[in-house]
Amino acid sequence: MSTDFYREGAPVADAKAPEGPISERWEQRRFSGRLVNPANRRKLRVIVVGTGLAGASAAATLGELGYRVANYCFQDSARRAHSIAAQGGINAAKNYRNDGDSVHRLFYDTVKGGDFRSRESNVHRLAEISTEIIDQCVAQGVPFAREYGGLLDNRSFGGAQVSRTFYARGQTGQQLLLGAYQALQRQVAAGTVDLHTRHEMLELVIVEGKARGIIVRDLVTGEISTELADAVVLATGGYGNVFFLSTNAKGCNVTASWRAHRKGAYFANPCYTQIHPTCIPQSGDHQSKLTLMSESLRNDGRVWVPKARGDDRHPADIPESERDYYLERRYPAFGNLVPRDIASRAAKVVCDEGHGVGPGGLGVYLDFADAIKRLGKKAVEAKYGNLFDMYDRITGENPYERPMRIYPAVHYTMGGLWVDYDLSSNIPGLFVTGEANFSDHGANRLGASALMQGLSDGYFVLPNTISDYLADGPFEALSEDHEAVVAARKEVDDRIAFFLGNDGDRTVDSFHRELGKIMWEYCGMERSDEGLRKAIGLIRDLKDEFYKRVKVTGKAEELNQQLEKAGRVADFFELGELMCIDALHRTESCGGHFRAESQTEEGEAKRDDEHFSYVAAWEFGVDEPVLHKEALEFEYVHPTQRSYK
Amino acid sequence: MKLSLRIWRQPDADTKGQMVPYEIEGVSEDASFLEMLDVLNEHLIAEGKDPVAFDHDCREGICGACSLVIDGQPHGPQAATTTCQLHMRRYKDGDSIDIEPWRAGAFPVIKDLVVDRSAFDRIIQAGGYISAPTGTAPEAHSVPIPKQDADAAFNAAACIGCGACVAACPNGSGMLFMGAKVSHLSLMPQGQPERRTRVLGMVAEHDASGFGGCTNQGECAAACPKEIGLDVIGKLNRDFRKAAVRAA
Amino acid sequence: MSTDLQSRTAAPKAARPAPWKPWRSNIGLKIAMAVSGVLMVLFIIAHMAGNLHVFEGREEMNAYAAGLRSFGAPLLPHESLLWVMRIGLVASIAVHIGALIALSRRAHHARPVRYAHRHKAKGESPNAYGIMRFGGIVIFLFVIWHLLDLTWRTVNPVKDAHDAYGAVMATFDPDRWPVTVFYLLALTALGLHLRHGIWSAVQTIAGPNTKWRKRTQAIALAVAVLIVAGFAIVPLAVTFGVVS
Ligand SMILES: Cc1cc2nc3c(=O)[nH]c(=O)nc-3n(C[C@H](O)[C@H](O)[C@H](O)COP(=O)(O)OP(=O)(O)OC[C@H]3O[C@@H](n4cnc5c(N)ncnc54)[C@H](O)[C@@H]3O)c2cc1C
Ligand code: HEM
Ligand code: SF4
Ligand code: FES
Repeated sequence: MSTDFYREGAPVADAKAPEGPISERWEQRRFSGRLVNPANRRKLRVIVVGTGLAGASAAATLGELGYRVANYCFQDSARRAHSIAAQGGINAAKNYRNDGDSVHRLFYDTVKGGDFRSRESNVHRLAEISTEIIDQCVAQGVPFAREYGGLLDNRSFGGAQVSRTFYARGQTGQQLLLGAYQALQRQVAAGTVDLHTRHEMLELVIVEGKARGIIVRDLVTGEISTELADAVVLATGGYGNVFFLSTNAKGCNVTASWRAHRKGAYFANPCYTQIHPTCIPQSGDHQSKLTLMSESLRNDGRVWVPKARGDDRHPADIPESERDYYLERRYPAFGNLVPRDIASRAAKVVCDEGHGVGPGGLGVYLDFADAIKRLGKKAVEAKYGNLFDMYDRITGENPYERPMRIYPAVHYTMGGLWVDYDLSSNIPGLFVTGEANFSDHGANRLGASALMQGLSDGYFVLPNTISDYLADGPFEALSEDHEAVVAARKEVDDRIAFFLGNDGDRTVDSFHRELGKIMWEYCGMERSDEGLRKAIGLIRDLKDEFYKRVKVTGKAEELNQQLEKAGRVADFFELGELMCIDALHRTESCGGHFRAESQTEEGEAKRDDEHFSYVAAWEFGVDEPVLHKEALEFEYVHPTQRSYK
Repeated sequence: MKLSLRIWRQPDADTKGQMVPYEIEGVSEDASFLEMLDVLNEHLIAEGKDPVAFDHDCREGICGACSLVIDGQPHGPQAATTTCQLHMRRYKDGDSIDIEPWRAGAFPVIKDLVVDRSAFDRIIQAGGYISAPTGTAPEAHSVPIPKQDADAAFNAAACIGCGACVAACPNGSGMLFMGAKVSHLSLMPQGQPERRTRVLGMVAEHDASGFGGCTNQGECAAACPKEIGLDVIGKLNRDFRKAAVRAA
Repeated sequence: MSTDLQSRTAAPKAARPAPWKPWRSNIGLKIAMAVSGVLMVLFIIAHMAGNLHVFEGREEMNAYAAGLRSFGAPLLPHESLLWVMRIGLVASIAVHIGALIALSRRAHHARPVRYAHRHKAKGESPNAYGIMRFGGIVIFLFVIWHLLDLTWRTVNPVKDAHDAYGAVMATFDPDRWPVTVFYLLALTALGLHLRHGIWSAVQTIAGPNTKWRKRTQAIALAVAVLIVAGFAIVPLAVTFGVVS
């Protein structure tokens, strides 16, 4: 095992997860956790950064409980958090279909889907709470799809054998988020939550080892201010934008998490990213983001590439005999429906071999000709009409006549700040929820489970666990001239002053794009020792150049979108390096991460449970990061190698 | 392709703005409208000029952040399409394009093309929710909802809160946005208990925020990227009338 | 300066004029406008039907006019019906214009800046904003002229209050063709006003679903055409000598 670029420190353990039968652990924890007397809650202030599913649900619920909440987001409205973009659906073990689903099965599927790199206790709790989430959302008026009898509809999603996914057309995330957003606005009106939009958290304030506040910048006026509290919750989403091109919104960033990491919070499994197989390929250098096409398309579309390399004929002119339906060929049992990670990598392999289609040879065909023949154009239109229209709008090609081109894209980050069973980071008073933490998805996330996790964390877990910490509060009142506060502010001021004062000649975006290319090339779907080492060198060089040459126009005291970007990209550089180090040290293939050195004879991913059945929790170090391992134990679901042949 | 742009530039809320001409070359027809502006901004920064500020985030037509009036039309010429989903193949070499911010008294300009839409949040705060504190919910299947109602509620709930309706309206009215939320919630059985207080509260806040009244001209619905129809305004009117009569 | 956009949350409530009256809201004023408009529409339909008596000749027409004055006699005082109508109309116009002024001012504040690039309207009722406001002014001017002409006869050569028929003949005399042209112009404005106004009133008061909204729009168009035709036929007939 290589130990360059990092040091190994003492192992960590999750001290909060109770022992005992797995199905009783959550109840036990709720009972053992201390409570805060309702009259005292008013004296306790909690900062929640983020208004996505995880943040809005937490802020609203804490407000309802009577805490004084300060809630932040960088968008102009809480409703625009990136959760709004989730399409497919949300899982819940309701077993409304009577098709054999249960809490235990959802638990089992999620642990297995995560390729045995997640904690059993957490996942079981998630499966238990899943059903309450649906009840809660329905009560808020979320317009889930329904059947003619008036009951909720379900579908099977992402290769699951049961129908447990609840959905609201192709806009599930939007509807769930609006539910949480409305609950949040109700608390704003009630005066329990102070909501600050267009504010960005730029630093965490730690006093005597406890998280006690944040430094924020008002993105409209540029004013830097301090918010102090008894606890801080980060619900700041994922960091997929380190790749520049991803399905994430343009604003998604790692800054809040990274600032916390630099102040001591462990960052767990940073290299675990999910790559989604059905995205619209890049069309040129102007490309600013990638658009996801629902996975459901693979139910009826057939994936193929021309057998001949560099064949640029019109797809209709390529006869059947000269096409390679590679998924059907390689995975006869699952065919086009193999899980996301397998489908993504297979596409990369054929494109790397030169069979790719479209600009740059980075695309494979997803062909509906057979489906149209079999079901009729009408039926295909009824099922996928809106997706086809979207594809047409973006590419200018009509998928009814010409197969779609798709290519994998970064979609979700399983890694994030390390948290224990209570969702507390290793810094007391700093809690992390939603995509920003690492907790429940292991090395690979199943479809429709991120929404579930965000809401589970925000509505049900955090409000119950945070009280155990707050029971010790209110903590000693702090003033803004406390040295820790002053120091944190100074760091922020200095960074801003640096960017604006730098006499550079290159735009922030040009660096971000280049960083993204390095990450995608070497720390994307397929990784190798050699590639990762090279990437670390490239990132370091580029980072140096960034600090020398980056150019940020404008002033600090105004709406300055370049300045915002500069700070985010600076943090992406450091994160990118850590991701590569994490990927380098994990010499196994797992989840969607194919490690060239760890494959079976048939070229499939090979997991290494003997050496890597742990969470890699990284501590920030100025020279090199320190690795703390949290061993994973599997009492209920026994690790097996996944096979889709 | 080569384009002549005229873009509204305004350094901040208190300074007068103006339309400023820009020329841009080599725009790919596969680029989205915002990507075209990204390219322009890269050029401006390279020249040491202040780039154009505009709101955007998801770039896939769902977050509601993007907000440009393109040639006099909020979200541009393509029906049912947000600015971020508009692509340059709609344009041809040599075209000139005017780009302005949302114009409405309730949406003051913050900078360039960025406006303050927090009035929409305040309208929601004034009643655009169902009070269902976490943990109080009954089993999801305890109240069946006819599919037609659920579908109609969904159609109204599809609003992304972008504000194009207000920008398009000659009265600067927020009735389509408000009607969409009122319709969504009053079509659900869960929304009934607060139905009257909700509409009264939201309308009061709408007016206090400085949105105008509705003349039923329908520019809002024509501009709406989510194709919210005028029926939601009808429903809002009806709910309001009933609630006002009961309150009187 | 801090523009904490969200923390203005509580402020507008305090700033709102208390107690807030639903009928002073934008929608409340629109309802007032719609109700007064509908009352005027009903009046105008009756008025139009009455006008058609012209085709029966001088005696019948004047008898109808006299009948209106003596309606309900001897039980009710002279001109009771007319007074009820006049008061109703004046009240309707007052409400209609009062609400209009309040709403127009609010609309003006709500939309203080125009777009540099003007684009043609594409709503379901395109240009309703202009048609209603500027057309409304035309109608208002016309109503004044109409009163001076046929009610008070200030500008009409026939001063005999009992000779409505004669007054109509005189006003649309071919020699006074500009009056006819103005009349027709005002009717066009009225027609456009009603084509939008009638469905708009239904939308404001009843709030139909999409299907019924479309139907209402068709009905509004039909009613507007009918009213315009019914009114226009009289001056045309007089001017072209069909009745004389
Ligand atoms: C296109 C797409 C489709 C998806 N579809 C599905 C699906 O069908 N099912 C599913 O389960 N999952 C899906 N996912 C994943 C899922 O949507 C996300 O993982 C989840 O919504 C994340 O929620 P969150 O609350 O953790 O973060 P987000 O929703 O990303 O919210 C982050 C919040 O933090 C704020 N923030 C961030 N940084 C700062 C800062 N420095 N200062 C202040 N505020 C900050 C932001 O303003 C925002 O409010 C999808 C994801 C994408 C990209
Ligand atoms: C005196 C001159 C008049 C003026 C200045 C005027 C002006 C207006 C205006 C500005 C509107 C509002 C349009 C809107 O906001 O949607 C309106 C609506 C209306 N008007 Fe008039 N009007 C006048 C006379 C009339 C007359 C004579 C009638 C009837 C014959 C009438 C019937 C209506 C109706 C039915 C409406 C619809 C109300 C609604 O929109 O809900 N108006 N008018
Ligand atoms: S109603 Fe339509 S135009 Fe108005 S805010 Fe909602 S989505 Fe935007
Ligand atoms: S950027 Fe999100 S809708 Fe356009």
